[in-house]
Amino acid sequence: MEFVVISLLNGITYGLLLFMLSSGLTLIFSMMGILNFAHASFYMLGAYFAYQISAWLGFWPGLLVAPLLVGAVGAAVERYGLRRAHRFGHVAELLFTFGLAFLVEEVVHLVWGTSSVDYKIPAELDGTLFTLFSTDFPIYKGFMMLISVGMLVALYALLTRTRIGLIIQAALTKPDMVEALGHNVPRIFMLVFGGGTALAGLAGVIGGNAFITEPGMAAAVGSIVFVVVVVGGLGSLGGAFVASLLIGCIQTFSIGLTISVTDVFALIGVTLPAGSQVARLTITQLAPVLPYILMVAILIFRPRGLMGARES
Amino acid sequence: MFRRGRLLLWGACLALAVALPLVFKSGFMLSLLCQIGIMVVFALSYNMLLGQTGLLSFGHAVYFGIGAFISMHTLNMIGKDGGPLVVALLPLVGGLAGLLAGVVLGWVTTKKAGTTFAMISLGIGELVAACALMFPGLFGGEGGISGNRVVGTGSLLGFTWGPQVEMYGLIVAWAFVATVAMFALTQTPLGRMANAVRDNPERAEFVGYDTQRVRYLMLILSGLFAGVAGGLTALNYEIVTAETLNAHTSGVVLLMTFVGGIGFFYGPIIGAILVTVMQIVIGGMTQAWLLYFGLFFLFMVLMAPGGIASVIAMQRNLWQAGLFRRMVPHYLAVALPILVLLAGLVGLIEMTYALLAGEGVGAGDTATKVMGMQLQLASMEPWAIALAITVAGVALTRWIGGRTRAAWNETLATLHGDRT
Repeated sequence: MEFVVISLLNGITYGLLLFMLSSGLTLIFSMMGILNFAHASFYMLGAYFAYQISAWLGFWPGLLVAPLLVGAVGAAVERYGLRRAHRFGHVAELLFTFGLAFLVEEVVHLVWGTSSVDYKIPAELDGTLFTLFSTDFPIYKGFMMLISVGMLVALYALLTRTRIGLIIQAALTKPDMVEALGHNVPRIFMLVFGGGTALAGLAGVIGGNAFITEPGMAAAVGSIVFVVVVVGGLGSLGGAFVASLLIGCIQTFSIGLTISVTDVFALIGVTLPAGSQVARLTITQLAPVLPYILMVAILIFRPRGLMGARES
Repeated sequence: MFRRGRLLLWGACLALAVALPLVFKSGFMLSLLCQIGIMVVFALSYNMLLGQTGLLSFGHAVYFGIGAFISMHTLNMIGKDGGPLVVALLPLVGGLAGLLAGVVLGWVTTKKAGTTFAMISLGIGELVAACALMFPGLFGGEGGISGNRVVGTGSLLGFTWGPQVEMYGLIVAWAFVATVAMFALTQTPLGRMANAVRDNPERAEFVGYDTQRVRYLMLILSGLFAGVAGGLTALNYEIVTAETLNAHTSGVVLLMTFVGGIGFFYGPIIGAILVTVMQIVIGGMTQAWLLYFGLFFLFMVLMAPGGIASVIAMQRNLWQAGLFRRMVPHYLAVALPILVLLAGLVGLIEMTYALLAGEGVGAGDTATKVMGMQLQLASMEPWAIALAITVAGVALTRWIGGRTRAAWNETLATLHGDRT
């Protein structure tokens, strides 16, 4: 019971963080048709910017400034890079973001070195929020949840309740019509791209110190975010939300389970040959692979994803 | 297929590949040539997907790596019973392994095309790479598995494959056979249909072809040739690590294929040669090699998305129309400011690397050696100079580059017959 509740809380925290990444990715994809390969790189930049700012000014200014900086970088990338690559088609755009991810990693190597940096949780958030059964739930996890949920409510309100949100929604499906009505669609694209990358940056700011801030963090999270987007259904925000929480929970539950694959198969009455390499694996060891196995299963049984609108 | 000019060209390429080790005898050059030969096959197999079928894959190293691992296991299994002939045929085993991997994994990945395919291929690539670390018995864990390519006694026509130069001969033979086979494939109905599926899947469906099946077949065949390259790499290095099938290897083959040019059959060959040479030569000179490579790649995506092959093809068109001479002075004029820009930029990057690599350099007055010069990185002077050179380079490139572009557009208009 204790294990279930604690894992569930951890899984939701991680899932919400994943959703901050996948929501930006989904918005950018459904609006511009660009799969932003460098999305996780902006997450990494957010963490590094926040580390640098917190070293100079403290954590709280970093929480505000780092995402804005990342958003500005994202908007500049869209304006001066992607818009140019767009003329050569989708493959060129995808390759541009791929090259960008490559470059960001190298720049991070150059500026902050190849090993992890000491980006710490601020002292006022370091402690126990409440004790459940016998496990402490840290304040910082609660803070992460608060920020992510607050951000998502704000995003939802922005998209559905404001004028710019309505224009963005209209431009998602009918960009030509929106342009004909006198709106500057390229600028809206730039704003969406900047906003999406700023969200990724914010995820980096609050995720960087909860996990670890190192040059490999973009690659580690990046492929998981892609899995989330495929499982949820390309272009579906609701699907991305469900898939984020699902994969967040799968990751945290599987890390805690030490039963072996043999035991799992024994439950359904299958006895694996003892001594084979598969039989000796535990669920914990399988944890890094489970999201990909889920993705393959979804692709075989429901190719458009959990909530994908159409098959592409 | 068998036109005289084409046969001559193929023959000349083969003769050149065979003659190269006679000129470059050093061990360094020989291992570089071996690496190039392997990468040419790998990049060409990748272009069967990206260039010919329009499938952007981020997980092509899977087939390369599986081919390499299976070849290595086979090599260790035959042990003393085998001979040089068996070893020479080992890349075929790698190819079959790559083909089987394509049959299994391709069934999942090729259900979709376009962006979705790109993401799925990435996920499958990560899946296999994670599995490789999970089964140390099969993949050797962090250390990889190793073997010895000289097995049994005797020789095949005097070859034992022990010396590197004999291994190079084997690589050239396999690379030539694989290249001819891949070229022949582009001339078959399947190769043509792959192009149709790339250009307009809807129409291809209307004509009565199953686009998914065409993609699936192309992926399987591409896996075959990637597996051959993997088998060659296993024999060449006599060690295979989990790195051969991870995302980094997939990324490198994508970069080299794209830089070479995906629209032409010979594009990936140029890319493989260029990138491998750059990797080993520039990578030996500076730590910042990956940064330069990333910048170079972005430059290519934005400025010449057709790759080097398309640039060459353009110049050939101009040459045939007798217009090339008109552009030569403009090329020379624009080369100078670009060189200035590069010098400034490289200076800045190298100084930053030197500053961050050497601890305490910023504190004292010690001079650091950067690009053969003794520089005081603690003072402002070298930074100001490098920055000034860069800024001047940008300004000059914009100014002269604008004129070159105008001349280029003029020449193109003439070429297309709009003007005389």
